[in-house]
Amino acid sequence: MILTVGGLSFQYKSREIFNDVTFELGRNEVLAIMGPNGVGKTTLLRCLNLILKPTGGTIMVEEQNIMHLAKRDVAKRLGYVPQKQESGRMTAFDAILLGRRPHITWDISEKDLKIVHGVIKRLNLEHLSLQYIDQMSGGELQKVSIARALVQEPDLLLLDEPTSSLDLKNQLEILSEIRNITRFHSVSVIMTMHDLNLALRFLNKFIFLKSGMIYSAGTCKDVTPEMIHDVYGVQTAIREMYGYPVVIPLTG
Amino acid sequence: MHFDNEELPAAYLQYTRTKIIILCIGVIILFFLLILSISSGAVSIPPIEVFQTLIGESVSLKWNKIILSIRLPQALTAIVAGAGLGCAGLAMQSILRNPLASPFTFGIAHAAAFGAAFSIIILGSGVMQNSSINPYVIDNPFATTFVAFISCLLATAVILLISHLKRATPEVTVLAGVAIGSLCTAATMFLQLFADDTQLAAVVFWTFGDVSRADWGELAIMAVVTVLSLVYFYYHRWDYNAIDAGDETASSLGVHVARIRIVGMIVVSVITAVIMSFLGIIGFVGLISPHIIRRIVGDDHRFTIPGTIIMGAILLLASDTVGRVIIVPHVVPVSVVTSFLGAPMFLYLLVRGYNR
Repeated sequence: MILTVGGLSFQYKSREIFNDVTFELGRNEVLAIMGPNGVGKTTLLRCLNLILKPTGGTIMVEEQNIMHLAKRDVAKRLGYVPQKQESGRMTAFDAILLGRRPHITWDISEKDLKIVHGVIKRLNLEHLSLQYIDQMSGGELQKVSIARALVQEPDLLLLDEPTSSLDLKNQLEILSEIRNITRFHSVSVIMTMHDLNLALRFLNKFIFLKSGMIYSAGTCKDVTPEMIHDVYGVQTAIREMYGYPVVIPLTG
Repeated sequence: MHFDNEELPAAYLQYTRTKIIILCIGVIILFFLLILSISSGAVSIPPIEVFQTLIGESVSLKWNKIILSIRLPQALTAIVAGAGLGCAGLAMQSILRNPLASPFTFGIAHAAAFGAAFSIIILGSGVMQNSSINPYVIDNPFATTFVAFISCLLATAVILLISHLKRATPEVTVLAGVAIGSLCTAATMFLQLFADDTQLAAVVFWTFGDVSRADWGELAIMAVVTVLSLVYFYYHRWDYNAIDAGDETASSLGVHVARIRIVGMIVVSVITAVIMSFLGIIGFVGLISPHIIRRIVGDDHRFTIPGTIIMGAILLLASDTVGRVIIVPHVVPVSVVTSFLGAPMFLYLLVRGYNR
């Protein structure tokens, strides 16, 4: 197991956001955290890499409890891409190079430059390399942010709604890129997600959160209309079309 | 994970080399400006003689005293103050995520002015005397400087306390700074109501920032504080880049965002308090030097920090030089010239947009 989360809980000013969250994730797996708005998906993701301090529980990355690691060492193991990207007058290369920050002591080395260059080639971003990120589209910026998290050389990549502001083509591109990376490089991914169809199509595993608890978890093949109804309160049917599972809402 | 394909990005290396060359050109401009600044004034000294004196090989000794005890310390003070205030402004703009932030944001300048007014009016440290050389002499400049410095630190302490309570949220810090600034201004005006003519003139004179006030000893103090702060800022250049990418991203890259903010504010406060209590109020250089340099080299703090140091120094040294030659025999204080020179230049760059 690359990640073992045990009894994780988080309170915000005495309000309990989630409690006793326990799950495991294996190498090269892609996990979707799903659930209604405001259930604490993003909070859970932020707790996993200690941007927010969990109020209880343990997070083990390969047998190492990261709760007591220095922030810099946590950043060497977990990469994070927030939902909203800030852009400034920086080239994509510089923005991605920033991901090497946990590994830099005084200045960047040739190795850092080579890794950044390698990731840029891997994600086919070479044509954007010297463009300023404040002139980029949402999809390009999302790819740059994912590249920045990848150059951290993490064991685990945390993505907060990576597809929420993208058009159809970019959604598919980003998700298949993420799937390829997990297949060919030894990295696992956890992402929060609203789009059930995309989740069922691209991801291996799922967790449904409901009122601060894990309501159900498993492999994406096991998602049933009953679960969706219990979590979102919406009647649906799941059908296979052209070989892909599709969730069809029946109410509304 | 292995993405390393043993290949260096040639285009990117070329791109960073260009920026380094731009910075080197800045240093060369600064050097020539230094020579020009020392050579000009009420008495003109040939630039070549200035150069020879600086490298310790002067042929004639007649300029030595003017150069070494008046013009050189004044020029170096302008360089140190410009570099320090510029870099303080850059750090504030980054950690508060606000393009309007500058050393003024904390109300430090207003606190310094209040401290000086308090010292001059209440403690009587600045009854002016009429002397033929300089009509404005403050009796006890050390007391005035000291009280101004203490006042700066008090204002800073209040802001830091508020920031700390609110977990260093940029909005709260900026607004608290504005409030403290206007409180200090009101207090200064209140004091001025009860001042007599000479005290009032002394207070007003003090607030005109002027780099000719410092002697070698004071210059040394400012230089040490400034150099230490600049090293601190440069050491944290990656953290500022990370904060530019958003607090969450910075935190996920291992940056202690709140800590970087608080410590950064302390460093900015100390550097500003030291410079302003010795020299008076020098505005604008801290606001525009970072913006000018950003428009030339982009937002990367690896280049904006050295760039702002050079730009701030150039701006203040040029302003001081212009102030000394523009209406001889009068000397226009550097704080006035800075805004006169800086504002149009800044507006031009704003309109023209970024350098590609």
